[in-house]
Amino acid sequence: MSVAVQTENPVIEVSHVSTRFGPAIVHQDVSLIVRKGEVFAIAGGNGCGKSTLLREIVGLLTPTAGRISLLGADSRDLQETDGGSLYRRFGVMFQHGALFSSMTLAENVAVPLREHTSLSARLIRDIVALKIALVGLPPDSGVKFPRELSGGMRRRAALARAIVMDPELLFLDEPTAGLDPMIAAGFDDLVLNLKRLLGLTVVMVTHDLDSLWRIADRVVVLGEGHVLGMGTMEQLAAAEDPAVRNYFHGPRGRAVQLNHSGGESHRD
Amino acid sequence: MSDVGPAERALRVMDWPADGSLQFEGSGIHALDTGGAVVLSRAVRDAQRRGCDVTVEGLRSEHAQLMNLVSVHWDAMMAHVAARPKGTARLQSVIRNLLDRFLRGLGFIGESAMALLRVGSSPTHLRWRSALNSLRLDGVNALPITGLLTFLIGVVIAYQGAEQLRKFGTNIFIVDLVGISLLREIAPLIAAILIAGRSGSAYAAHIGTMKVTEELDALRTFGLSPTELLVLPRMLALIVALPLLTVYADVLGVFGGMLIAANQLNVSFTAFLARFEEAVALRHFLIGVGKAPFFAVIIALVGCYQGFQIRGGVDDVGRHTTMSVVQSIFLVIIFDALCSIILNWWNL
Repeated sequence: MSVAVQTENPVIEVSHVSTRFGPAIVHQDVSLIVRKGEVFAIAGGNGCGKSTLLREIVGLLTPTAGRISLLGADSRDLQETDGGSLYRRFGVMFQHGALFSSMTLAENVAVPLREHTSLSARLIRDIVALKIALVGLPPDSGVKFPRELSGGMRRRAALARAIVMDPELLFLDEPTAGLDPMIAAGFDDLVLNLKRLLGLTVVMVTHDLDSLWRIADRVVVLGEGHVLGMGTMEQLAAAEDPAVRNYFHGPRGRAVQLNHSGGESHRD
Repeated sequence: MSDVGPAERALRVMDWPADGSLQFEGSGIHALDTGGAVVLSRAVRDAQRRGCDVTVEGLRSEHAQLMNLVSVHWDAMMAHVAARPKGTARLQSVIRNLLDRFLRGLGFIGESAMALLRVGSSPTHLRWRSALNSLRLDGVNALPITGLLTFLIGVVIAYQGAEQLRKFGTNIFIVDLVGISLLREIAPLIAAILIAGRSGSAYAAHIGTMKVTEELDALRTFGLSPTELLVLPRMLALIVALPLLTVYADVLGVFGGMLIAANQLNVSFTAFLARFEEAVALRHFLIGVGKAPFFAVIIALVGCYQGFQIRGGVDDVGRHTTMSVVQSIFLVIIFDALCSIILNWWNL
């Protein structure tokens, strides 16, 4: 099971985080740990604060209470200072790609390299080409603008941009939502491959039960602001908690689970 | 990643042997990322192309894997590097775009005209509620800003004129200056430019957002025509509102001029109004107000057209909103200039 996972030095440590937007309580006392080298998934129903938690981890939002440490630094510092070199150590792929619409795909992917390094134009071009090739985009796509790409291609381009700096940590916000099953499965494989090749730790927010079974080493289920359960998919599927059971044993959950029974054979 | 730069430069300026066999010793590499792997792969390949027999030794297994990853994707990478739109292709696409845009513009005008005919033949088809709402938003709500601006323009013209007229002692001609220039040209133009900025842009943004969120498609699936529903009410409302705004602008502009005339040139209100009657012919007023409905059609059509042209994402909304304002002001002024030329031929 969970491949050579180191227990010491968690990459991300979320401790006792609470979040409130006005009267609405999003999180209450959420704690979790992400270990180096694993694929960690944040699951849960619509509006349970998955994406909010992700945004808090990468420092785009500040939790009302609690502490989040990201790669050994307090993620609140990301907003206050410029985050220094921390920004080079993680990449974020947003749900709808968030590609800069005024730039071509290749220029989009090159942004972090141009801003954070002093590499030669030729080397930047080569590295960008490699990353675009890695995510499996066709050769003519680099000169296209985001609006000329399909949703799946935009997602791949956003992934290429997120990994262009060779980050240690990759955040994916709903990477497979809205993609057809074939492309979604392809995306899962792509993430696994990149994780293996580049030694990434992956944190992803997802609804996709298929993805959860196929690529997640550990999963946390959020609901009503709390952590409902945390563990491997097998552990969660066997959990007693009714809310967790509901999530994984709805009609869709059962079908997926059947497909993945003895699901380890699907992994590499 | 940032440490790769010096390594790349060093490898590039190095004196490479022309041929023979070359061995890269990799055991001294402590850390290698994809950037480094690209640099190393390029050096290896450059040497191979020169005819060297290249081997890379002593890499750590994870570094060898990374090198392998780069070499597996090398061809795809080079294809990406080579992919660049050709000059002629770019020119072709520019021309095709221009032609396409021109045809779509014509198509839109035709579509609006057809919708207008349909509504004209059965006025119950017009969305009265939406037209009246538009009349309030684009007409009534624009009163304060239009009034203030033309009042100030009247003041400015009178001030500038006063300087010159006082020199010749022809103070009373301030009435001709303010009256004719405002009624005939400036008030209609100011009103039209304000409405283009206020309402034309709002049309583009509103229709564009509806297009992005697929609301327009939803309307079409109900068998409703977006042109009839969204364009016509706005256009008709503006055709009514803009001439009225122009009259209102005329009054406030002349009032502004009148104040300055009394203040700077000792032309009393009664003297001003008496002179106004004889100096400013009715045709100046009619020409000014008569242009307003045409301005209205231009502004409404351009604003709505730009809204419909928005494709893809939200990012397009801003661009087309700007374009709607620029184009409608451009066309309004062109139309105004044409009017001046034609009316001059007719000695009006």
